[in-house]
Amino acid sequence: MKAPLSWLKDYVDIDISAEELQAKLFSCGFEVEELIEVGKDVSGVVVGEVIECEPIEGTHLHVCQVDCGDKGTFQICCGADNVKVGIKAPCALVGATVYATGKDHVTIEGVMTIKKGKLRGVESFGMLCSGVELGLNEDLYEGAGYCGLLLLPKESKNGCDVKPILGLDDYIFDIGVTANRPDCQSIFGIAREVAAVLDKKLKEPDYSYKTTQVKSDIIEISDIAPDICPRYIGHYVKDVKCAPSPRWLRKRLALCGLRSISNVVDITNFVLLELGQPMHAFDMRTLSDGKIVIRRALNNEKIVTLDGNEFELNGENLVICDGEKPCALAGIMGGLNSEIKDDTTEVLFEAAKFARDSVRKTARALGQHSDSSALFEKGVNEYTTERAMARALHLIDELKCGTVTSVHIDVKTEYSHTAEKQMTASISKINALLGIDVPSKDIVKILKNLAFGVKLDGDSLNLTVPGWREDIDGYPDIAEEIIRFYGYENINGTFLPSASITNGGFTDEQKAENKLIDCLASKGLYEISSYSFYSKKDLDMLHFPEDATERRAIRILNPISEDLSIMRTTLAPSMVNVIVRNLRRGNMSGKLFELSKVYLADKLPLTTFPDEQKRLSIGLWGKYDFFDIKGITEVVADCLNTKFEYEPCEKPFLHPGISAKILCDGTEVGYLGMIAPTVAEELALERAVYVAELDYEELKKHANAFKFTPLSKFPTVSRDLALTCDINITCAQIEKEIYAACKFVTEVKLFDVYIGEQVESGKKSMAFKITFTPNDEPIENKIDGFVKKILNNLKFKLDITLR
Amino acid sequence: MQDKINEIEQSIDKAVQDVKSSKTLQEIKMKFLGKTGTISALMKNMRDVPADERPKMGKLLNALREWCENKFDELENRIKNLELKKKYADEKIDVTLPGKKPEDGAIHPNTLVKRELISIFAGMGFEVFEGPEIENDYYNFTALNTPSDHPARDMQDTFYITEDLLLRTQTSAGQVRVMENKKPPIKILSPGKVYRSDDDATHSPMFTQMEGLVVDKGITLCDLKGMLDEFAKKIFGENIKTRLRPSYFPFTEPSVEVDVSCFECGGKGCRLCKGTGWIEVLGAGIVNRRVLEGCGIDPDIYSGFAFGMGVERIAMLKYGINNMKLLFEGDVRFLKQFKA
Repeated sequence: MKAPLSWLKDYVDIDISAEELQAKLFSCGFEVEELIEVGKDVSGVVVGEVIECEPIEGTHLHVCQVDCGDKGTFQICCGADNVKVGIKAPCALVGATVYATGKDHVTIEGVMTIKKGKLRGVESFGMLCSGVELGLNEDLYEGAGYCGLLLLPKESKNGCDVKPILGLDDYIFDIGVTANRPDCQSIFGIAREVAAVLDKKLKEPDYSYKTTQVKSDIIEISDIAPDICPRYIGHYVKDVKCAPSPRWLRKRLALCGLRSISNVVDITNFVLLELGQPMHAFDMRTLSDGKIVIRRALNNEKIVTLDGNEFELNGENLVICDGEKPCALAGIMGGLNSEIKDDTTEVLFEAAKFARDSVRKTARALGQHSDSSALFEKGVNEYTTERAMARALHLIDELKCGTVTSVHIDVKTEYSHTAEKQMTASISKINALLGIDVPSKDIVKILKNLAFGVKLDGDSLNLTVPGWREDIDGYPDIAEEIIRFYGYENINGTFLPSASITNGGFTDEQKAENKLIDCLASKGLYEISSYSFYSKKDLDMLHFPEDATERRAIRILNPISEDLSIMRTTLAPSMVNVIVRNLRRGNMSGKLFELSKVYLADKLPLTTFPDEQKRLSIGLWGKYDFFDIKGITEVVADCLNTKFEYEPCEKPFLHPGISAKILCDGTEVGYLGMIAPTVAEELALERAVYVAELDYEELKKHANAFKFTPLSKFPTVSRDLALTCDINITCAQIEKEIYAACKFVTEVKLFDVYIGEQVESGKKSMAFKITFTPNDEPIENKIDGFVKKILNNLKFKLDITLR
Repeated sequence: MQDKINEIEQSIDKAVQDVKSSKTLQEIKMKFLGKTGTISALMKNMRDVPADERPKMGKLLNALREWCENKFDELENRIKNLELKKKYADEKIDVTLPGKKPEDGAIHPNTLVKRELISIFAGMGFEVFEGPEIENDYYNFTALNTPSDHPARDMQDTFYITEDLLLRTQTSAGQVRVMENKKPPIKILSPGKVYRSDDDATHSPMFTQMEGLVVDKGITLCDLKGMLDEFAKKIFGENIKTRLRPSYFPFTEPSVEVDVSCFECGGKGCRLCKGTGWIEVLGAGIVNRRVLEGCGIDPDIYSGFAFGMGVERIAMLKYGINNMKLLFEGDVRFLKQFKA
């Protein structure tokens, strides 16, 4: 919301600096996001009177003597065609800053500092300026659009700073207005707050106008859709003379960034800025049957808006129609067919309230946004709707651009709210909420400054809420109004003196997760956090077949881009993408993990809350191999105090010989393996990549609480066995049989595998360290018997012999 | 005999003159003192010495033996020292070569900050509750006093999954679930991922929020301020001050924006605080009566406050991270900096 300081001064006597006002606004909840100094880039420019002016032969230049009052008289070369003795123009002295313009004298190409110069051998000590060089245009100052010198009023005092004369000393406040204060989306709305915060009187705009009696049946408003158009006011103005607007009006619009069009259109824009009520003007000639119908559009009905865009409409869109066709997209933009033209003579002014979400939905669906739709989406109040019409008609009068007739049609539907809201609040309750004691006289004063009707009756405040304050609902709102102006610095911290003691802390679930994260980080892995959404392409990347369950992903209806359009069903694509990114950035090796959710749909499209399941994803690349990642999954098993078993598996994106599913108590809980060469090639992976993914929800079920095992009094014993077996026998098979053969075996650890000349072909040698742990009695003398039993079992089950 | 002894002494002196290693020294020692050595031989010859001369001779020989032994001991010590010095010199390493660390691992800064925040508030009696990320319209908006035509819905561009289901835009959604099932006193903290359709240098479509809620009897705006003062001191430093200023959130009334004094410049104004001396860290307010009512809590008996902050924002401020994207990219050069 942009508010020029000069405009605010129309309503409030502001006697502090722009910076001080900025701080005041901030304190009462209006953050000035940017304080724009209108003439920020212009400095050192004074009023100069040309007292001598001689042409420089053979050029278009003149050498002038310029009287700059107390600054001195300077010789300046000037190329402008309107330079002559006696004129007063802005004179940029040496060291001044002004805008540099292009060859066309119109395009601004930056800011320049004036230096002493020499043109055609003639010295020049400054520059006489055009309006453009000072950042002005014709709307902001008369004559500023001319590409020659900007002529200053004769009465300007030589040597004075030109900025106050040209309005370049103005400031524009770009204010962030919170969603609860649509009434402050206007200059006058901000002025109300300024008056309250400065404790000054507020001057209302002039709403008066005279009417001329005409026949009242000239226009008829009917068939109003009440739920989305609670209020509609139309007023007929005749004898319209379209012409350029006066300077003051054009300047106001220009300061707020709007282009002047013509008096009638400018009046609607001025009221929009001043009061925050969008208005519209229809050319009466184009309204067939003199009718205004406010209805939902028919399916496939079309409208061309003022900007020339054509839209196909449906029943969600509200349109303003005449007897036969849509003439405006309600609250968003007028139709080209009813546009005000230079020869328009009769106008119907519209001021209405359209429902917020109706305008929003239509503006979004059609992609058509305007200043008007932005205001309607935030919400307008009917108090202002009424005044906006009066204000526009006053301006018609003031600008003498038409005759305001007596034809005023005001449709209040059952959804209209105009009654002033009455409420009571208690001072003690307000203070109890704030936690401090604001004296009742301050409370009354603050509320009166905000235009509340206030009657104090003991502890009770009987309030009349100003018509524009639709946000005021209960006493907490009143408490907020009070503390906003009484000052938040008066809120002193207390530490719940009256509250009950509660027992806080991490839940068991979080403690378990923290333990797992700590455990993995301590083993050299980095934790990552990746987006919960990716795209179908990411599933394609890992070759998931069309019927894979991973493809049954939840889609976002309005994704930010196709790349982030489905909720992930597996963490693997995210992990692979992170690894690919690392490799591309020259990070050639690494170990990562992520504990995050996947989102699994029971039925698509979703009819109820989906299953949100935590998964643990692990990724290694570079100098690591399969057994490094397996070592990490074993760390996970240790952390949960459980054991994993591994069986070969097939996954579309893993090397079929170097991948395994992970089982825990016989239940599949995940997989690990090397990214298949086919996938690696497509991704141009320069290093081998290993990934694992574990179902954390399932794992939790198999976690065991840690319990201490008492130590035996007797020493543990270990034996190394080198075995020869068939090349296809797995380590897990052997381990299982060793454990099965003897209950004293507590650890079986493979320490060597040999395949080669020293063993028969088709066989391999595997060496294990076996640890035996005694319980109540020593076992040293029984070990030979145990080993024999183990060897017998291996021979019998797997045809394994001692090497 | 005396001559013989002198001769032996001289020959020992001569023999050990150039000895450099303890091995050679040992050989020489054996030659003189060993069982078959020169001195032992002389000792054996004592039998042949006349009895009256024996005591004298014995004395002389013992003296010789003692002299010898001392001589060799001394030499041995000297050579051992020399050898040790040489060994030390030979084995000397460049102690400035890099150490062999176990491989680094690190916890993500988001997790670090999340844990720190939870610990701070856990100490104040907050429990942790994590709700679902895919929420429905009721919990995310309606129950939080944001009906469908409310302009505040535009403050948060929402990702929808169906007309009713959406990716939660705030973890307050979960707080409603708690209030429906738990009677005051309530002190909960809800950390978690939230989603908004926003993607630029300072916004990410997914980020982490941490919201707190207190509902009890007699809770005031001063209590909110007091608790946030404590929080700010614990996370940013003992000298940190907080400042409340008016703001708007549909589920709180009054609503405030909470700034902390700039921990970089101490409030004088610097680049971090854009010259203002203050840094915006969270939004808060007194829980709107309608929200309490909707959860079956009588707002005339109970009141409460709520606050919410972005975990990434706190992490960025705390560690001086200059770009939010870094938190989600998984670049190991970024991650390894958090190993401590």
